[in-house]
Amino acid sequence: MADGTVTKNAWARQLFEWVDARFPLSALWKSQVSEYYAPKNFNFWYYFGSLALVVLVLQIVTGIFLTMHYKPDAALAFASVEYIMREVSWGWLIRYLHSTGASFFFICVYLHMFRALLYGSFRKPRELTWLLGVAIFLTLMAEAFFGYLLPWGQMSFWGAQVIVNLFAAIPIVGEDLAIWVRGDYVVGDATLNRFFAFHVIAVPLVLLGLVVAHLMALHETGSNNPDGVEIKKNIDPATGHPVDGIPFHPYYTVKDLFGTMVFLLVFALIAFFAPEFGGYFLEHNNFIPADPLKTPPHIAPVWYFTPYYSVLRATTDELKWVIAIAAALFMLWALVRRGGGFARLAMLGAGAAVLALLYLLEAKVWGVILMGASVLVFVFMPWLDRSPVKSIRYKGWMYKLALAIFVLSFLVLGYLGMQTPTNLLTRIAQVFTVLYFEFFLLMPWYTSIDKTETPPERLT
Amino acid sequence: MSAQGRPESESRAPGREGTSTRPAVRFAAAALAAGALLVAAGPAAAASEGVKLDDISTEPADIASLQSGARTFVNFCLNCHSASLMRYNAMRGIGLTDDQIRDNLIFTAEKVGMPMAIAMTPRDAKEWFGATPPDLSVIARARGADWLYTYLRTFYRDASTPTGWNNLVYPNVGMPHVLWRLQGERALREEEVSKDGRPILGEDGKPRKVARFEQLSPGSQSTLAYDQTVYDLVNFLAWMGEPHQLERKRVGIWVLIGLALLAFLTYFLKRAYWKNVH
Repeated sequence: MADGTVTKNAWARQLFEWVDARFPLSALWKSQVSEYYAPKNFNFWYYFGSLALVVLVLQIVTGIFLTMHYKPDAALAFASVEYIMREVSWGWLIRYLHSTGASFFFICVYLHMFRALLYGSFRKPRELTWLLGVAIFLTLMAEAFFGYLLPWGQMSFWGAQVIVNLFAAIPIVGEDLAIWVRGDYVVGDATLNRFFAFHVIAVPLVLLGLVVAHLMALHETGSNNPDGVEIKKNIDPATGHPVDGIPFHPYYTVKDLFGTMVFLLVFALIAFFAPEFGGYFLEHNNFIPADPLKTPPHIAPVWYFTPYYSVLRATTDELKWVIAIAAALFMLWALVRRGGGFARLAMLGAGAAVLALLYLLEAKVWGVILMGASVLVFVFMPWLDRSPVKSIRYKGWMYKLALAIFVLSFLVLGYLGMQTPTNLLTRIAQVFTVLYFEFFLLMPWYTSIDKTETPPERLT
Repeated sequence: MSAQGRPESESRAPGREGTSTRPAVRFAAAALAAGALLVAAGPAAAASEGVKLDDISTEPADIASLQSGARTFVNFCLNCHSASLMRYNAMRGIGLTDDQIRDNLIFTAEKVGMPMAIAMTPRDAKEWFGATPPDLSVIARARGADWLYTYLRTFYRDASTPTGWNNLVYPNVGMPHVLWRLQGERALREEEVSKDGRPILGEDGKPRKVARFEQLSPGSQSTLAYDQTVYDLVNFLAWMGEPHQLERKRVGIWVLIGLALLAFLTYFLKRAYWKNVH
């Protein structure tokens, strides 16, 4: 494109030059794509970033077409979705692509985040890329939450009711805040209308902006890789490019093209042959129109929210004692550790504040706090990991074990979040809630004493 | 280049195989296994009140069954229940012409292009039955075919309810046994199960009971024929829940073939470009 491949067509070349003189077209293409040097050793886990982008485009395109037929009105919404499924040409396909896409968006993002945990992609100098990624994750959760109300089924309605009621748990302002969010005393037409506005324009705008910023930050520092070695340390003096780097285009564009095809194959398998996915992607109860007078016996969010929902439900008065003990231990450690007086004072103050809040706030509020913390705790990753190496390949057994326990906790909490709680299941959820947080809270400790191997100078 | 078809190791230089890929691959395998377990366990499905449901598989291509189900549906269900998200002539999807639909399945002045609505208002229905009969357009997707099939076959006489009928799957349901002339009247007898003269205890420590139906008066159909009637009806309800389901699978096959072809081509495209990367 930029290197004279358009010479055959003089007219096209002239147009290109006209644009390029007024807009940094070829400069952008070069800096972001054709001369963006990426490590040559990307493995399986590196597909999910580009795949998440593919799903984003798919959601926007299918979403636009759904908006043409959907009615954001409590009296019409449910029937309008079925109208799309039955009467609109290919409406069923567009709707299934969108509903399957929602789940696959989270699958891609979770695997993409897991990749970062494997190879230390969140570490210096990529902290900002990671933070923007966490912001994308939060925005995506908001997008999914708002979108889930729109079909106006029983799960849509009661799921939204449960989540908005969480705001009501906040002391003093909670009740008013919940009414302000809903625009009504219960989830109703006003709520549906504003959630529609958030889902189709407000949140997607933020999401797109964050994705662009995420990519720009990544391209500023350069990509990490499975070895966690900085390729920019080995520049070829002849070319000025990293010795272990290859241009993103064409190498990774063709590789991601292949990955996208395999991904779409799996995607199509579900969208065409199991769009409900056994009740995980489209819940059975959501085929019953929303009824504010009939509370379903069992309310569960869609699978991608269930780990955090489990944390919420696991927070009982007993778990508050566990937090109190953890806070007390933290304060004890602050007292005995060496180091500056101000840091010690701050840590003691933080511990005391947690203890005071434990005394003041009931378990319900703490459930909301812990649920929020279970998502927001990712923010601190770049500063929690004290290991001298980035990649799990050169980290010791402690990090590997910690990560394995974390993944297990995430899956177990996810599973428990779909079940009707019993005493035993709540107890299991409490154990795994503690394990979930231990991955983060103990990370400064176990990563600094873990036995690591010396990473190679160059990619292996 | 080695290990064809394993994208995760394509770009690896020789000599590194199997050392550092292993943890990553193991994680992938573990994650997949966990995912499979989750699917096998299934979510907490529609509440079934503890009654074991009979397992059926619906057959959206069985035109004769669907047409028989459609007949039962308009004769018995479409008086109190609507299917307002369905047009009458959507039944062209089960092999009927507009004329056949108009002559055999519409008993009112409605046109074939109109939705399957009912004259009874929700307010009247609430007064007469205690609850508004739900619209049945997507009932099969909400309840599941197994639930409907079991529900429609487990009505029994119960003098204590307003309708004189009760149901094993949906206790104290407001709906009377509409198909009773076909099935006949039955009573529920609960019997304790015993083995070697001793009662078998359930999870709650009490003797476990099984429900057994006793035929009080014969219906116009044999048990076997009635089961078939209900199966056809449920089959129709399942089809009505998603009229495009056969088309979906038909299109899906071609999409998969096309994508498999593209995956194949792009794999070799990728290999050609990466020939010189070591």
